[in-house]
Amino acid sequence: MARIGVFVCHCGENIGRTVDCHAVAEGCKDVPGVVHSVDYKYMCSDPGQQMVKKAIEEKGLTGVVVAACSPHMHEKTFRRAAAGAGLNAFLCEMANVREHCSWIHEDREKATVKAIDITRTIIEKVKHNVPLSTIRIPVTRRALVIGGGIAGIQAALDIADGGREVILVEKGPSIGGHMSQLSETFPTLDCSQCILTPRMVEVYQHPRIKLYAYSEVESVEGYIGNFKVTVRRKARSVDEEKCNGCGACTQVCPNKKIPSEFDCGLGKRTAIYVPFPQAVPNLPTVDRNKCLLFMNRAKGRPDTCKKCAEACEKGAIDFDQQDRLITEDVGAIVVATGYQLYTIGKDQPKDNLKGYGEYGYGTIPDVIDGLQFERLASASGPTSGKILRPSDGKVPKRIVFLQCIGSRDPQKGMEYCSKICCMYVAKHTMLYHHKVHDGVATVFYMDIRAAGKGYEEFSRRAIEEEGAQYIRGRVSRMWREGDVIKILGFDTLEGEPIEMDADMVVLATAMRPQPGIDVLAQKLSVSYDQHGFINEAHPKLRPVETNTAGIYVAGACQAPRDIPDAVAMASATASKVLGLFANEMLEREPTVARVDEGTCAGCFHCERVCAYGAVEHKDIKDRAGNVVRVIAYVNPGVCQGCGTCEATCPSKSVELQGFTDEQIWSEIQALGV
Amino acid sequence: MDSTTPATAGGFEPRITAFVCNWCTYTGADLAGTSRLQMASNVRIIRLPCTGRIDPMFITKAFERGADGIIVSGCHPADCHYNAGNYHARRRFAIFRELMDFLGVDPSRITFSWVSASEGAKWRDVVNDAVTRVRALGPFTAYRNMVVVQATAPKSSSPEHAGEGEGLPMQSLAADGVAPGASKEVTA
Repeated sequence: MARIGVFVCHCGENIGRTVDCHAVAEGCKDVPGVVHSVDYKYMCSDPGQQMVKKAIEEKGLTGVVVAACSPHMHEKTFRRAAAGAGLNAFLCEMANVREHCSWIHEDREKATVKAIDITRTIIEKVKHNVPLSTIRIPVTRRALVIGGGIAGIQAALDIADGGREVILVEKGPSIGGHMSQLSETFPTLDCSQCILTPRMVEVYQHPRIKLYAYSEVESVEGYIGNFKVTVRRKARSVDEEKCNGCGACTQVCPNKKIPSEFDCGLGKRTAIYVPFPQAVPNLPTVDRNKCLLFMNRAKGRPDTCKKCAEACEKGAIDFDQQDRLITEDVGAIVVATGYQLYTIGKDQPKDNLKGYGEYGYGTIPDVIDGLQFERLASASGPTSGKILRPSDGKVPKRIVFLQCIGSRDPQKGMEYCSKICCMYVAKHTMLYHHKVHDGVATVFYMDIRAAGKGYEEFSRRAIEEEGAQYIRGRVSRMWREGDVIKILGFDTLEGEPIEMDADMVVLATAMRPQPGIDVLAQKLSVSYDQHGFINEAHPKLRPVETNTAGIYVAGACQAPRDIPDAVAMASATASKVLGLFANEMLEREPTVARVDEGTCAGCFHCERVCAYGAVEHKDIKDRAGNVVRVIAYVNPGVCQGCGTCEATCPSKSVELQGFTDEQIWSEIQALGV
Repeated sequence: MDSTTPATAGGFEPRITAFVCNWCTYTGADLAGTSRLQMASNVRIIRLPCTGRIDPMFITKAFERGADGIIVSGCHPADCHYNAGNYHARRRFAIFRELMDFLGVDPSRITFSWVSASEGAKWRDVVNDAVTRVRALGPFTAYRNMVVVQATAPKSSSPEHAGEGEGLPMQSLAADGVAPGASKEVTA
């Protein structure tokens, strides 16, 4: 038989003013099972808590109901007090007679009746409470970072410097990401590679970072603290152990006219290539789609060209290398897959995007995008840092920048603002001005959004000191006449159309998440928005966590981000990961669902409604080891305790601890006439 | 507009049971308290982790136990603390409403709403509206007569409820549910 203690709090005058607390305590005395019912001025005060503890010890209480404020306020306080007196914390519940009663009613009589009702409801619930213990889950204290751009690099370094092992997986042949392609960075105009490459090397040399470049995440299983990740190490056709990075192979490769991805198509590379000189790891990769040998093999012809293998003194070239699958155990995952630029020229029916054919990108060679301009301005770029037109190699004297191409355009592009374009266009005008002193840079903009430390000053400097011409308006059409690009636009401040000639046009295109982010997000079971950006768990209070416990997000795969933002997010994820790794065991509230193995019929409706993938299949075997039934099992490490499965289960075989059907039936029962 | 709904003099006061989620509506109701928003005292809240946890049987059970009206409230769409629990609740409710209608329970006895943690004032309005509406509908006696009356005859068969509308379950089925539905079909 239950022995319940009821403790009614006056909360000074807060409850006592409109609720007759003594009457509530008296009114609960006749409830079957209540052996102790008192009221007190301040139940949460030390003497109040002592009253609770004393009653538990002296009266041998099996349950405690504190009729006071909201459980969100003091549930923890009283549960701790109960635990201090040796009663399981989960046998203590709060009846909310302040926020839900005394504060919202003036009629003392009605409020008192309601307070008694509320308290009796909780008394009935507590009668069915059972002792629960905190769930402890072991944590594998290693992290996986997906993406080797600046965000991934920063996260990996911070976690590794914090003393934990990191596995960094990068899809491309080298880490560095988009930042390695940039010339100089706003608002300080410091050289991007100069600040990035030391960090890349640090990653490579770090004793606690295992770098898997040219690799992709194949599958992810498990849950917070206990993920099992399979990584596909794509075949480079180069033995990483043997190669010393001399580069002899790349010099002899006969296929030299492949557009370089690193130079955004403005430069050329060979079929066996190192994407850029500072690549980490500094290993060549054979592009099997472009290598003559593999092209011949695909057509069933014999191997002809083996020039790279012949040039390699170390015998590191291995044309028969296969993809390898490697399984790693990790406890936390950081997603930092970064962005791609909106593909301007083409209709993209798959993404439901129309493209911007009117700007002639792809048909007019001197119309380029922002990243291509970065490569032109970069000292390591195809023109060694000279601003030259792709069509004829001449210096453009009139350069026009168009902002918001694909951004802030719900009709044809993305409705969001890509955040970085205003700043990098201002930077581009400066870089152009520094290199072509007599040139004129014109910018078509919608608004200048320069929110950031030193950003407004920077964009003003571009206009006021570096001579950039800013025109508020849009360009409707561009076409080529001879070697001149004709521009037809509209100045919205002057209110009149503009016709203009340009030698080169740079389009500041929208940032979009990397292709394939949806597939990765599904593997990780994290949610993403309609654009493919990974959703954070809470836009303000949990900005780097995802909805899946143990998976964090950093950088431009979450939303358009500039470098400082991406780095800050990456460090935030590292601190989250290190916090998770601080203890060997992870402690979780025991309000999770549990399956009754005796009655579960294995219909798995629960699996279909579970938003967390917490429901697993469990085999029930007979003595001979034959599987006789397959039933549901809720993984307590993954379950978040929403209870949707319990409401869905047709055979009532799953119950959410702390909110069981029995408990809620009792509450409803207590409200009866 | 008075912030509290005035009781009809000496008349019927509905009993309303509210099933709310812990994260949005319960917290919103807390906010109503913290903001001292006065409202009708007819509602008793049962706290659940999520609206997805609400078994439709809870609602029928509450009616059976004498509730005259029900409020179900949780996080707004896309705001669910558990990603999608409120969507499951919404789907269930769409079907459950039909069932209630079929069974002869006036669906307007059941209020379904979204109240976020910042909408204390909305919670007050939801409560007051539900109380006003259910008060106008009168006591819900059909289930009580069916289940409770036999067991605890003296209380529920009190003279004030005896002559009002939903006396017997079969009568209420005819009066409240089937008949209006049928007439709609005829006119359509």
